[in-house]
Amino acid sequence: MSALTAILETAAPTALETRVVEIGGMPIALRTSSAKFAGMLQDRYAGFVTTQSAPGDAVRIRFEIELNDSAAGTLGPDADEPEGEDDLQVAFASGLWRMSRGDFSAEWDPATGQGTIRQALNPYSLDSVLRIVHSLVLARRGEFLVHAASAIRNGRAFLFAGVSGAGKTTISRLAPADATLLTDEISYVRKSATGYDAHGTPFAGELARLGAHCCAPLAALYLLRQGPENRIEEIDSAAATQALLRNILFFAHDAELVQAVFEGACAFVQRVPVRQLTFRKDASVWELLV
Amino acid sequence: MSKPRRRTMNATYIARSSAIASRVLAGETMVMSVVDSTFFTLNEVASTIWRAADGITPLHEIVIRHVCREFEVPEEDALLDAHEFVRELSAHGILQVSDHPILPATAASPGTQ
Repeated sequence: MSALTAILETAAPTALETRVVEIGGMPIALRTSSAKFAGMLQDRYAGFVTTQSAPGDAVRIRFEIELNDSAAGTLGPDADEPEGEDDLQVAFASGLWRMSRGDFSAEWDPATGQGTIRQALNPYSLDSVLRIVHSLVLARRGEFLVHAASAIRNGRAFLFAGVSGAGKTTISRLAPADATLLTDEISYVRKSATGYDAHGTPFAGELARLGAHCCAPLAALYLLRQGPENRIEEIDSAAATQALLRNILFFAHDAELVQAVFEGACAFVQRVPVRQLTFRKDASVWELLV
Repeated sequence: MSKPRRRTMNATYIARSSAIASRVLAGETMVMSVVDSTFFTLNEVASTIWRAADGITPLHEIVIRHVCREFEVPEEDALLDAHEFVRELSAHGILQVSDHPILPATAASPGTQ
């Protein structure tokens, strides 16, 4: 190789790879100079990712991803998913949302939709940023991400909410063959012309399986509890609202958005039946869900 | 004569904080702090006090005028319960408490003029 060729190769601009991850009908374009990271995105989000940009006006949120392996506390590609969000900071100042945790930092301008993420080569940091950005956008619309498994059966979606250990993955495993699993961990709830829809997400729990990229009208939200027998109980509106609020993913300490989340939860409870579901660990529980 | 004067000296004024979200659903009042997301469901008596917490009416007047009459509760018991309720909500910043009338923030701050 001649010296001239070597200089030209060094000076050549780095090719940027773009992937569009669409969850809940909200596409987010991610641009990276790392082919390896782009490949990781492709694997991580599978049915939710495309390599082609959607029509210009459809993608309103775009992030540049800067990989930085030198930062203290960053995760490598083989690291386990971080547990908890104790050190997560999300705050709005000077027109920017700033998000940071030990393994990433990011800014996002909601006015232009543009943002930057600095992280190491791992899928978990981006996962967190996507959840945060989705939750910020949804909050103003009375929509939300919620700690819940969800599935579609006979054209209707069911949500199963609960903290870790309540049985989200268990009830997902027990789902009959004709059910379409939307997620076993984090569900996506949006308003529709007639009520609310549940959308599939790539945010998987212990099942480690991506949800289906589809949606259906939401028939009910069940608050999970494991017990010796299958039983469905009605609960009052206040208890339903409180339980829903406890499970909604929301990271920002922002009074206006907290108010919006509260209003969104109240509106949801007035439209969608919320019930307590006690279930035992066998497939018979699904016979109750008709 | 002495009774009203003692009440005036010990008057407690309560006002709903602006840092809250609240909604009445199926007859129940739900209140959430937007600061720490603490959530309260208020029963009928507590809802009555909550609605009357205008910062100007002393707490004992709220209790006598609304709680004792509407729920037929003895004044002493009602006042004890009301103070406990106020203590709990004020600890989470949901109610403001003062021994003076609480004026709206816009009127109280000369910087806003």
